[in-house]
Amino acid sequence: MKSLLVPGHRGCAGCCDAMAAKFTLMAAGEDCIVVNPTGCLEVMTTPYPETAWAVPWIHSLFENAGAVGSGIEAGLKALGKMNDTKVIVMGGDGGTLDIGMQAISGAFERGHDMTYVCIDNEAYMNTGVQRSGATPFNASTTTSPSGKVSFGNDRPKKNMPAIMVAHGSPYVATCSIGFPKDMIRKVERAVEVEGPTYIHSHAPCTTGWGFDTSKTVEVAKMAVMTGLWPLYEMEDGEVTRVKKLGKKVQPVEEYLKMQRRFKHLFTMEGGEERIAQIQALADKNIEDYGL
Amino acid sequence: MSREMNIDKSKMTVVEGSYAVAHSVKVCKPNVISAYPITPQTHIVEDLSQFMADGEIPNCEYLNVESEFSALSALVGSAAVGARCYSATTSQGLELMHEVLFNVSGMRLPVVMTVTNRAVSAPISIWNDQQDSISQRDTGWIQMHAENIQEISDMTAQAYKISEDKDIMMPSMVCMDGFILSHVYEPLVLLEQDITDEFLPRYEPEYTLDPKNPLSFGAFADPNYYTEFRYMQQQAMERSLKKIEDVAEEFYDMYGRYFGGLIDEYQTEDADIILMAMGSIVGTIKDVVDKLRENNVKVGLLKVRTFRPFPAEAITNVIKDAKVVVVLDKNISLGLNEGALFTETKSVLYNTDIRVPTIGYMIGHGGRDIKMDTIERIIDEATEVMKTGIKKESQFVDVREDLL
Amino acid sequence: MTLLPGGICRGSTTVVNKTGGWRTFMPVYDYDKCVKCKLCELLCPDASIDPRDDGFFEFNYDFCKGCGICANECPKSAIEMVLEEK
Repeated sequence: MKSLLVPGHRGCAGCCDAMAAKFTLMAAGEDCIVVNPTGCLEVMTTPYPETAWAVPWIHSLFENAGAVGSGIEAGLKALGKMNDTKVIVMGGDGGTLDIGMQAISGAFERGHDMTYVCIDNEAYMNTGVQRSGATPFNASTTTSPSGKVSFGNDRPKKNMPAIMVAHGSPYVATCSIGFPKDMIRKVERAVEVEGPTYIHSHAPCTTGWGFDTSKTVEVAKMAVMTGLWPLYEMEDGEVTRVKKLGKKVQPVEEYLKMQRRFKHLFTMEGGEERIAQIQALADKNIEDYGL
Repeated sequence: MSREMNIDKSKMTVVEGSYAVAHSVKVCKPNVISAYPITPQTHIVEDLSQFMADGEIPNCEYLNVESEFSALSALVGSAAVGARCYSATTSQGLELMHEVLFNVSGMRLPVVMTVTNRAVSAPISIWNDQQDSISQRDTGWIQMHAENIQEISDMTAQAYKISEDKDIMMPSMVCMDGFILSHVYEPLVLLEQDITDEFLPRYEPEYTLDPKNPLSFGAFADPNYYTEFRYMQQQAMERSLKKIEDVAEEFYDMYGRYFGGLIDEYQTEDADIILMAMGSIVGTIKDVVDKLRENNVKVGLLKVRTFRPFPAEAITNVIKDAKVVVVLDKNISLGLNEGALFTETKSVLYNTDIRVPTIGYMIGHGGRDIKMDTIERIIDEATEVMKTGIKKESQFVDVREDLL
Repeated sequence: MTLLPGGICRGSTTVVNKTGGWRTFMPVYDYDKCVKCKLCELLCPDASIDPRDDGFFEFNYDFCKGCGICANECPKSAIEMVLEEK
């Protein structure tokens, strides 16, 4: 299948964003309009006068993608041009969970027919790996570095999918670029369901997380297999499907040790305790979602 | 020059300024209206909402957004798919939009927005001055100021025609003084649907977000390209100088009403003293001019109707033969102790042979009432300047004496 | 060149930028091992794995950045990353 994100873009070798965007477009098809808030994906795909997008695409600002998407939907409706055209926002975790949160909230509350895809690489990668509201507990970033008296980011990840469910979204799903077919199926479902739908894709970043460029998919899979990133679908507020881990479940240590951002947990005194706390987060997911 | 207007008295009606604007917006047939309520803009969006509820604006979506930031951001998307767009705001709301204002003009999206001018916090004030829109002067929006509700009503249609012109493609801010115009009832002719249908063509932009012809909007411009986009915006602004005049002429021909293009003049031809101002204060000044003319004081008024693009040539042509120019500003550049219109007027004179003494007064901040007496006092002081030269170049008006 | 106002770009135009020059290791297929599962094509972040008429795939070295995801994920170990001599 021909990719609707064409080559020549400036994403790093092994880029998670490029994969997530490619999968999203495979699901959405050519008849869509993409909104992309400021971030890696925006910058690397559209160095003027070139663009890697084979579909209509717009970048406005960092914090307003939800509103821009809603305006596109309203404009198409008013002009009688909506037909089957899908409005898709693809934003990073910073543009979604942090600075763009309000505009997304407004758009979802107003009930626009659009799909928001958060491509979550758990920090502000475009500006150099600064902490975001999606940065996981005890990850070291450039603004939450580990140090003599710090284990890195001291807060757990914000649960954005739950917030979108609370908005009454008819379809919310988590996915991972480590499970592309699952992701494509979920985006297909999201664009098909009428109303504001939300996809949250986990997306390991080779540069920001510190692993070899060939390991993007491997790391993504491991996050899921530990239970740290549960894959589930919620329709009208109810969990309708989860990816079961069963006996294949892996200890979080296996995931953490693959990444430079958690390296300090294996070298600092007290690191074991921290790893146990992270294991507890995974265990809670496994229990809550019946993984 | 003020012109003989062709107004059909039987068509006149008395409505609130906000209603007149809402009516004009309806007549212009917008596709997307997106706004967040803020005093004193609320009556406009309430009236538009009622029109929507009564099914009076076909092919239109009204977005009740969660902030001014999103109000204008939504219109970025709507305009990019080819929708005619409208918003209205003021003061804090306009300041919150600051980042989006640059974005709209940079992407050349011809959004039209009413600003019901209001002071900016702190201290918080809901009353009128023009600090809000003046503070957005460099954002690439055409900025026009109306004198009365007939003018703001008519200016709304003109703004769409100017902004959407293929050679312009720049957004417009149409400004009316908050409360003074937005909440006042005056007789006017509501914008005529039949004439407007002829005056204002359908909005058909050359480039839109369309799956049949995929384009990318809002790309990342490196130093090799960024300058050119600013240059093209400036060129469009320069082209709009003529367009604004042409549209005012065409409007006059078709509707019979004229309030100026870039500027308008009142009793300036033989005037020794020329006052310059924007917005509703113009009406007060005209009354003062009439009164003083009875006493043979040679005073006139230059109304600046268009603040961006700045009508440098039009202004210099009017004031070049005056003996003193007095600029009244409902704003201040803190740290310079001047209002923006004053600073810019001086700047356009500097590299010319015109050596007319020019003085500035900052007046009416935060809704402070501007009385005819005050204007007369200012004119007295200007008369002194003619005789003795400038003593004080720029000053506040009516500051409490215990502070002085 | 003509600059479209507003910084508008025509779609699919980054293809003028040959990112193959970034590469250190180049992927090479062992077609004897390949089972045409298409996973490599699906995962490639640079869309630089193209199908051939015979159902196998080939690398587009104009764009392949040599990340090695294809080789790492190949279920049959049919892709080898080879140090590229330039």
